Amino acid sequence: MSIDLETAARVAKLARIKVEEDALPALAGEFNTILGFIEQLNEVDVEGVEPMVSVTPMRLKRREDGVTDGNMQDKVLANAPDAREGFFAVPKVVE
Amino acid sequence: MLDLSYETPKPKVIAGAKHDWELVIGLEVHAQVASKAKLFSGASTKFGAEPNSNVAFVDAAMPGMLPVINEFCVEQAVRTGLGLKAQINLKSAFDRKNYFYPDLPQGYQISQLYHPIVGEGEVLVDMEPGIARLVRIERIHIEQDAGKSIHDMDPNMSFVDLNRTGVALMEIVSRPDIRGPEEAAAYVTKLRQILRYLGTCDGNMQNGNLRADVNVSICLPGQYEKYQETGDFSHLGTRCEIKNMNSMRFIQAAIDYEARRQIAIVEAGGTVDQETRLYDPDKGETRSMRSKEEAHDYRYFPDPDLLPLEIEQAWVDEIAASLPELPDAKKARFVTEFGLSEYDASVLTADTANASYFEEVANGTDGKLAANWVINELFGRLKKEDHSIEDSPVSPAQLAGIIKLIQKGDISGKIAKDLFEIVYTEGGDPARIVEDRGMKQVTDTGAIEAAVDEIIAANPAQVEKAKANPKLAGWFVGQVMKATGGKANPKAVNEIVAAKLGQ
Repeated sequence: MSIDLETAARVAKLARIKVEEDALPALAGEFNTILGFIEQLNEVDVEGVEPMVSVTPMRLKRREDGVTDGNMQDKVLANAPDAREGFFAVPKVVE
Repeated sequence: MLDLSYETPKPKVIAGAKHDWELVIGLEVHAQVASKAKLFSGASTKFGAEPNSNVAFVDAAMPGMLPVINEFCVEQAVRTGLGLKAQINLKSAFDRKNYFYPDLPQGYQISQLYHPIVGEGEVLVDMEPGIARLVRIERIHIEQDAGKSIHDMDPNMSFVDLNRTGVALMEIVSRPDIRGPEEAAAYVTKLRQILRYLGTCDGNMQNGNLRADVNVSICLPGQYEKYQETGDFSHLGTRCEIKNMNSMRFIQAAIDYEARRQIAIVEAGGTVDQETRLYDPDKGETRSMRSKEEAHDYRYFPDPDLLPLEIEQAWVDEIAASLPELPDAKKARFVTEFGLSEYDASVLTADTANASYFEEVANGTDGKLAANWVINELFGRLKKEDHSIEDSPVSPAQLAGIIKLIQKGDISGKIAKDLFEIVYTEGGDPARIVEDRGMKQVTDTGAIEAAVDEIIAANPAQVEKAKANPKLAGWFVGQVMKATGGKANPKAVNEIVAAKLGQ
């Protein structure tokens, strides 16, 4: 698989990262290097091997169903560029 | 358990300008898990709190915060799966669904795309007595809800409340087994009923705790059967997805509109684009959500913050053992145990509160009579004042008391209605009220005879007429009832009047 400039621009847009036109070839090149490495990994025969999701045999940690957090509107909104009446205020997004 | 056998309903047919068309519908229902805290944080799920007060730093996606799963939400999803007779997957996993929107601070939703916790199940959707559709469930997965954006508080800004962000949802995905707008609404109704029986979702559609995305396509008659034989979707039309509907009425209206829109396109020689659409209830139409199209590239990948979710069969068995009696089983039992019609049994099992009220009344009284009184008198009266069964001023014991008095022959059905009204408005023990207020039915034939004699003596002309025309005996019965204030036993009065008139 090869990443062209159009795909590189699309990936950048989906990630909301601004990439100037003249930086796209380099970006596409980097993507291709990464994918090339992954293709190399794909050559390894892993037939019948279960995917490893953790290096230590751990069980997913669970929590009980109880309210232990929240009630800190001021802290939650503290970093907001704009907040009004307890809400985050953002530029209008309309469907 | 009695197996209520059923027939499959006929698919809805819409006549186009050129052909008849059939509909093929599949639903994705988002049901909010009934839990105290959110799926991955300890913030409250309570509805209607101050904006951004039910928010932990995990929900606000502050850097470095890590999700820890709420075990009860997992239990609720398993319980739901068991209630829908579904396969429970002992190993499932979480994936990130990536997109940008102001009410999704993480920039991704934690969901289960590749390994859902619940696999295939089924829902029996009752249409009318003896007719039902078996809708297959493809999967149920757990995921986070997003926050809420409010667009009408300011002309230039949207306001965001993260209280709902991170609340646990179950997405219940059906197969395209639904064949008309009414069936779609009936499916959501049945699903909601089961969830409420299980206690896994409160089913409140107004608050958005149960919402549906509906996939609609059209096909010519015969095509659906080909799809069923082969499992090949190419026999069906291209589908459109109508997003986020929270009313049974809108679901039906949107499906109907959308099917007609697709028929018009295809009959004019065009093709339907696969797309996401939004239903506008004010205009009664669906429209394309073009903005969603590009965002549809979700770039799913396994969430590296969460290990796979492994659960034990013994735990699943424990949950299975704690399941309540579900609607289908309860309905069948009401039919066999209390001799009810399927219709009455359906009405009474529509929700658990109604069903347990009825059962309390029916234990110790005649089942059919109890059903009549609960459905016609009690529900009718409650509805008039917009009360729910929980606020009923008449307790099951009181209603059973009234019915026992009818069964014993102490009061007539007519007096029972008056008694019911007294108990409803004033309260009290029915038997004592009947005693205190002299409402007891007169079954003493001597007293009734005297009353009949009196009426006959006072109306000789009527007696002559009634002798010629036996139908006029009813007039005498009426007069006697009136004279006794409705307390005379109607059966006894009929017999005595007939005898006295020589019939």
